[in-house]
Amino acid sequence: MDLILFYIFASVLVIAAFGVISVKNSVHAALLLVLCFFTTSALWLLMQAEFLAVALVLVYVGAVMVLFLFVVMMLDVKTEPLREGFIRYLPVGIVVALVMLVEMISLMGVRGMAINPPPDPAGASNTAWLGKALFTNFLLPFEVAAVILTVAVIVAIMLTLRKRENTKYQNPSRQVAVQARDRVRIVKMPSATPTTKEATP
Amino acid sequence: MITLAHFLVLGAVLFCIAVAGIFINRKNIIILLMAIELMLLSVNMNFVAFSRYLGDASGQVFVFFILTVAAAESAIGLAILVVLFRNRATINVGEIDELKG
Repeated sequence: MDLILFYIFASVLVIAAFGVISVKNSVHAALLLVLCFFTTSALWLLMQAEFLAVALVLVYVGAVMVLFLFVVMMLDVKTEPLREGFIRYLPVGIVVALVMLVEMISLMGVRGMAINPPPDPAGASNTAWLGKALFTNFLLPFEVAAVILTVAVIVAIMLTLRKRENTKYQNPSRQVAVQARDRVRIVKMPSATPTTKEATP
Repeated sequence: MITLAHFLVLGAVLFCIAVAGIFINRKNIIILLMAIELMLLSVNMNFVAFSRYLGDASGQVFVFFILTVAAAESAIGLAILVVLFRNRATINVGEIDELKG
């Protein structure tokens, strides 16, 4: 049963990956990549790596691929010049990929190495197992990963921020620091001036 | 019974598809970034399979870090891509040759 599911998911994954590199429309490629990530998460579930499967769907399908789709749809890209050389480089690409595949598989030596049962089958979840390793042995890399994400956010904003002339924007510090007397000016003036020389028809 | 070799072969196939994608789509930066994501995915699959095979949590922790770094990388890459498109109005790799490398 597991094996049948594995073959189904693996074939979907390989077909979707072929689609990613060969379809003409970038939006379709991004959507096929979403299918790839989703299928991979199903395969990881078969391997009982639940936390990473859920994290893959959340991080990749939920965030990274949405960002990809956003950029692809925002940029008005003409695809025709981007496809030039597709046919010319196709044989080279296929040859290189096939040679690499044969080399890798011959290195692996396909033998049946059974996947171990989960290390602590007594109700321990994969998430707890992973969390114990993450917050004991890998605490410093975890913090560094947080710093990397923060730097990435700042860099992405700084790269795409642009100052244009005569844009209208608000200055929040000046808005907060405003006083009541800056906004309302009370003018004292005599209330009624008697007009006498008006009646000259 | 699923074995380690199944996942290793699947990872190898995925990696080779990504390499072929880089070869045949060498003008389109967006597809190149997607091929890089596919490569990282295949490497992650190997990590998870070995972690499961050896019963060691380090492999899955590494997958976690690779996911983090890949997310940061694609965010910065797409930001660079947006700036590039804003300045040059093209994402064709063949036309981006200002550095004369």
